[in-house]
Parts: sequence; C-alpha cells; structure tokens
Amino acid sequence: MSARAHRARRIGRLERPALAGVLTREVINFSSFWRATTFSSTVEPTIYLLAFGFGFGSLVSEVAGYDYVEFVGTGTVATAVLFSSVFPAMFGTFIKYQFQRTYDAILAAPVDTEELVTAESLWIATRAGTFGCTPLLVAMVFGLDPRWGMLLVPFIGFLTGFGWACFGILIAAVLKSIDNFNYVTSTVITPLFLTAGTFFPIDGLPQWARILAQVNPLHHCVELVREAAFGFDTPLQDLVRVGVLLVFGLVLWRLAIWRMTKKLVD
Amino acid sequence: MSYGHRVSESAISLRGVVKRYGEITAVDRLDLEVPEGTCVGLLGPNGAGKSTTMRLLTAQAIADEGEITVLGHVLPGDSEAARAECGVVPQLDNLDTTLTVEQNLRVFAVLYRIPRGERRTALERALELANLDDRRDTRVDKLSGGMRRRLLIARALVHQPRLVMLDEPTVGLDPQVRQELWALIDALRAGGVSILMSTHYIEEAERLADAVTIMAEGHAVASGPPHELVAEHAGREVIEVYGPPPRLAEVEREALGNGFRTRRTGTSVAVLGTESANGKAPEGHRRAANLEDVFVLLTGEEVQ
Repeated sequence: MSARAHRARRIGRLERPALAGVLTREVINFSSFWRATTFSSTVEPTIYLLAFGFGFGSLVSEVAGYDYVEFVGTGTVATAVLFSSVFPAMFGTFIKYQFQRTYDAILAAPVDTEELVTAESLWIATRAGTFGCTPLLVAMVFGLDPRWGMLLVPFIGFLTGFGWACFGILIAAVLKSIDNFNYVTSTVITPLFLTAGTFFPIDGLPQWARILAQVNPLHHCVELVREAAFGFDTPLQDLVRVGVLLVFGLVLWRLAIWRMTKKLVD
Repeated sequence: MSYGHRVSESAISLRGVVKRYGEITAVDRLDLEVPEGTCVGLLGPNGAGKSTTMRLLTAQAIADEGEITVLGHVLPGDSEAARAECGVVPQLDNLDTTLTVEQNLRVFAVLYRIPRGERRTALERALELANLDDRRDTRVDKLSGGMRRRLLIARALVHQPRLVMLDEPTVGLDPQVRQELWALIDALRAGGVSILMSTHYIEEAERLADAVTIMAEGHAVASGPPHELVAEHAGREVIEVYGPPPRLAEVEREALGNGFRTRRTGTSVAVLGTESANGKAPEGHRRAANLEDVFVLLTGEEVQ
C-alpha cells in the first residue's frame, strides 16, 4: 500500500495542518453565528459609550487631558477584547469537551492537545482583535478623530485576547462545573476589568491598587490603545507594556496546554 | 524512524497492557491482536474495559504498563502518525450539530490532512458510502438517529483509513438501521480495511467479526473465531429448559451433577454440550450453541 511510503515521517509539534484543521472547524462554525456575535460586540460598546460618555460626560468633560467620550471610547476597546476572548474561551471550551465531546473527535484525528489549545486561542485572539476595534469605530461616530496609529489596535487586541483566551481555556480545564465560572468572573475578571483604567484613570486609586494595576494585563491594553489613538508619547513604556502582554500570553498558553492535557488525556 | 522490516502483520497489537485509574484497574494485562485486513470484535459486559481500550488506541489514555502498536507505530510516542491512518467512530455522537452534513465532513477532511485538491473527491466518496448524498446540505440536528450514525462513520472514513475502530457502533438503534450499518461495516472489511469493533451485542460480533476477543475485568478471557470459541466452550448443542424458578434450580442442580455446564438465560436454564449426553440430558428445547452461551459462561452470570 502506498501509505507505507510515508510511514517513516514522524509527526512533529505544532504542525500547520493540525492547526489548520482545528481553525477550519472554528471558521465554519463561526459562519453560522457571526451575526449574533457582531451584533452584540457592536451594540455593547455603544451602550457603554452612551451611558458613561453622556452620563459621566455631563459631570466631567475632561479626564486625564482627554475628552471623556474619547477616554471611554478608547478604554472600552480593552473591555471588548476581554469579553470577546475570556468568555468564549471559558464557556466554549467547557461546552466543547464536556457536552459536545468535540475534543474527543478532534483528538482522534492527528492533532494533539498542544495544537488544539494553540489553534483555539489563536482563533479567539483573532476575533478579539477584530471585535476590539468596534468601540473605536463607534467612538469615531461620536467625534473621535481617526489616526494612523489606530491601525495597531487590532494587533494590541490580538495580543491581549490571546492571553485571555488561554486564561479562559485554563479555567475551563481546571473547574469541574460551569456554575463555578461565577467565582472566577466575580473575583478575577470583574475587578481587573474595573481597575484597568477604562472608565476612570487609575491615578486616583490608592497606591496598592495602582501597583496591582501594573500586573493587570488589561490596564496595559488600555494604555497601549490610548497611545495608539492619541500618539505614542512614551515609547519605552509602551514597549514594556507589550512585553507584559507577551509574558502574560506565553505563561497562560503553556498553563492552558498543561491543564487541558491533564483533562483530555488520562 | 524506519519500519522497513516489521515483525508482525498486525494492524493492532497489545501486549500486557495495564491501565489504572486510582484504585481501579480498568485494563489488566490485556493482550489483543487485530491481524491486518480482518475484523475483530471486542466483546465484554459493561465495565469490562472496552472503552478504555479504545481510548488507549488513540492515546487519549496512556497505558501504565505494556506495549501498544497501531499500524506499526509504537504508542503513545507515534500516536499522531497512527491516528493519521486510522478512523475512529466514537460511541457518543460528537458531530457538530449546527453544521451541515457536508461541513462536518469537510472539517475532518482537513483534520485528516487530505491535500486540498483531493478533498472534493474524498467528500463525495464519503457521502456516497454513507448514502447521504441527498442530505449533504441538511443540518445535523435535522437528521434521524440512523443518518447521524452513518455520518459519524463516514466522517471516520473520509481519509480512507487502513484501520477503523468502532466503539459500540449500533448501540440504541433500531434493527433496520443496525442492518444497514452492518452492511456498511461488512463492505469495509471486504475492501481490505482492518476493523476493531467493541460491542456488547453478541449478534453483531457473530455476524461481522472474523475473530472475537472476550473481555472481563480488564483482560482477555478468550480469543478466536466465533465458531471455534463456541465449539470449545459451549459444545455443539444446547437444551433450554423453561419453568418456574424452583424447577429451574432443580434442572440446574441435576445437570451440574451429570457433569454438564449450564447458564441462565433469564427465563430458562441452558444446559450446554448436550450432543454427548448419552440419555442424561433433560427434556427441553434443543438449539445450536452460540456465542452468547460462551459470553455468559466466561464473563459470569451476575450483572457487574
């Protein structure tokens, strides 16, 4: 049989065909629900902008030197990135291995857990990078001026989204029940989301909270987006922020693979 | 790594395989052989270790001891290469229910690394094989149970694997659908594909398998062609005696006293090997011995 001829070939790590296979599944699936996702990821930031922008905006016209609508419009990019990465990763992963048993099917094909987790988080990160831009577009309708630097926003969203996707997969692999996700949402995600500097500058917070913000990847995402939207005033600091996001993504990527392997292979 | 000279012509070979989950030993020194081009049935009651064995073969479970070879690839190290040449039909339906029949197949055509130019042909072949040609654009959640199962099998065959592993392929299906699937599996075997099929339907194994391995408590208690196992363990002829429970107990006692082996069927006592009875056999309904007699004899009458 001709199959014997390529028998000698050993399958390596993180192979492109394996990643492509998992991504194909996601893309085809996405084609059946992209409307709903696009709708919610556009409407949500609009509501934030309207509520905060005009609610708070009537009290404070300027924050940290920016027009408040511009401040919130750029800040909510991080919110959109967070919500479109961590929640699909947590719930989607749990549903796929626990209820739909999709991962059993995929792992019966020539794909290993490392490739599976990597492809899933790359895909979620891509979506997060894309949908992360919607608040910016909405803010433009409300008067934010376009700048060339904003073209970097999808990449900032991708980088941040990758880390959060891996975080979500890690949580799905560690927790035994979908109800327990609430613990993570209320103790990790909500605090980090509120102290990222999205709606108010963190300068006003107590010192311990400001120090904590330095390890909050979302805060670095917010600051990078503002830099991209209003000009890179502190390039060195921006590089450090990119570094933090890279480390965040890298560490959680490995942790997610480790825990998912424990979960799927016994 | 070179596999130029292989010792065995086995599609699957397990030697002394052990798999423990904490205190429980799910697979206990299992030997299993699937010669290339044959269909082997893995029979056993619930909890005998069949499903764990299936998981070991795709490296979704890693053995604690023993050796596993699939299509010449040593597991778990070379499992991905083995899986590229295998098709797996799981017991639990894990199709993407919001996708169409064709989309489901297309995903696996990519996962199984079929070159882009050959995917179209592969899809058409799989659709035809599963007789789902006119359902290609139907969403999976709109299919009947039988069609879903056929799609599950077609998905495992899209890359024309040399080995197919089926875990309880017809569980929960009505007789018409089972027959249809049996024909499909039989056609595969006729085409030279090696098959390992776990089942607890005796009839399924009897009809399809060239050889069966009967598992109990994690290891193989008997292996061989069905008719040989029947002849060896249950003899040629069986007499079934019906009656109220006290009568059955009496028949059982007498038969055992006369040196026969017996098994309960639920409604009767089956006295085995009555072809050489010399007049000592009880009165009852005569029939040929079958694989179910062997199965119950070897795996015990008690429900595990």
